[in-house]
Amino acid sequence: MKPPPFEYAAPGKTDEALALLAQHGDRAKVLAGGQSLLSLLNFRLVQPEVLVDVNRVGELAYVRPSNGGLAIGALTRQHALERSEAVRARLPIVAEACRLIGHLPIRHRGTLGGSLAHADPASELPAVMVALEAEMTASRVGQRRTLPADQFFTGIFSTALAADELLTEIRVPGLPPRTGSAFVEIARRAGDFALVGVVALVTLDDDGRVTRARLALCGAGPTPIRAREAERLITGERPEGRVLDEAVEKMVAATDPPGDIHASAAFRKKLARHVGRQAIELAVRRAGGAS
Amino acid sequence: MKRPASMIGLTVNGVRYELAVEPRRLLVDCLRDDLGLTGTHIGCEHGVCGTCTVLVDGETVRSCLMLAVQADGASVTTVEGLASDGALHPLQQAFREAQGLQCGFCTPGMLLLAWELLRDNPSPGEAEIREAISANLCRCTGYQGIVEAVQLAAERHAVPAVAAR
Repeated sequence: MKPPPFEYAAPGKTDEALALLAQHGDRAKVLAGGQSLLSLLNFRLVQPEVLVDVNRVGELAYVRPSNGGLAIGALTRQHALERSEAVRARLPIVAEACRLIGHLPIRHRGTLGGSLAHADPASELPAVMVALEAEMTASRVGQRRTLPADQFFTGIFSTALAADELLTEIRVPGLPPRTGSAFVEIARRAGDFALVGVVALVTLDDDGRVTRARLALCGAGPTPIRAREAERLITGERPEGRVLDEAVEKMVAATDPPGDIHASAAFRKKLARHVGRQAIELAVRRAGGAS
Repeated sequence: MKRPASMIGLTVNGVRYELAVEPRRLLVDCLRDDLGLTGTHIGCEHGVCGTCTVLVDGETVRSCLMLAVQADGASVTTVEGLASDGALHPLQQAFREAQGLQCGFCTPGMLLLAWELLRDNPSPGEAEIREAISANLCRCTGYQGIVEAVQLAAERHAVPAVAAR
């Protein structure tokens, strides 16, 4: 189908975009890369009165070093993240996850902020940002607040953003030395949404013991799931044998996956067991550990 | 509830157009219905099949997931921009020789995916070709002919490479 009629505004500055959101509130919808929203508009699943297109707000597309990590503008395209030297050097997990999003034509348009604000539970970047403990900056006219990623995602396709707020920046802390990261997912076809995906960040000490682990899943519940019990289990241990087995089981226990035409909930849990183990093992290998 | 049209200006295949479009006009409909460039096909209309793929400022995008107003000021290349003076582009010639098409519905999008791939990676391996064309659906060929067509085009240097962007 075709999109329903709407009023259209294409501000060139963040302030102008915020003013439009203040004026129109929940009658407005923000159009970022449009790779989900245009499809929803074509289906007429959303019918906003006003579309605030932020694609011309060039000042929101950047990747900057910040406290050992990165500050990333919400309008940064997924393909730009994939190619960014700074991202590859400091946060290779972000580039790795971006490569799993749709296909190249999608990533040319799709943005980091759009993917996060859309909050599809099956999508990769929300889980990555939860694992990285990123901070989201939400802006409204004359005001800004920062909230941690795990408080940003509140439910299926739902975030803590108010109707007059725009996600403007994502700050990602740097990773300690000897941290390995991995994103492993299973999808029915290349580029499809994952049935289940796992992001693992593992930091090792000189003995190959885990000093810090962060594990998060996509496609495993209404929001990205952080598997904190599994993290605690492997911390201080060598991530292998029984310890690894138990951590994987804890991770699976933390999931609450949906069942649908593509896979039952039970099958998704099985997949989580496999990709969870693979992700941890790969992260450990990349950290220079045994596994 | 018709909304006022916006004036936009865009360049398509080197030709400059100025026209009025409703904000909700999809780029693909603008190309086909307003500009008469029906070489770009429209399939699923929700960003799954990829048949409406065009180049916008040198990058592949799905023209059903972009509004025409968003292309204001942009340079667009459609399949009509490949052939010149009635002669097939060498990439099209390779598709023809290697039977990289059967019904032809996915072909315009496949050609632009292949064009971008060969521009950025003049000697792709089979896996890289398959990854690139996995963006678009073909319901006839089983993809084998398309892969061979892209390989043939690569051997012939059908698409001039550009320095890595």
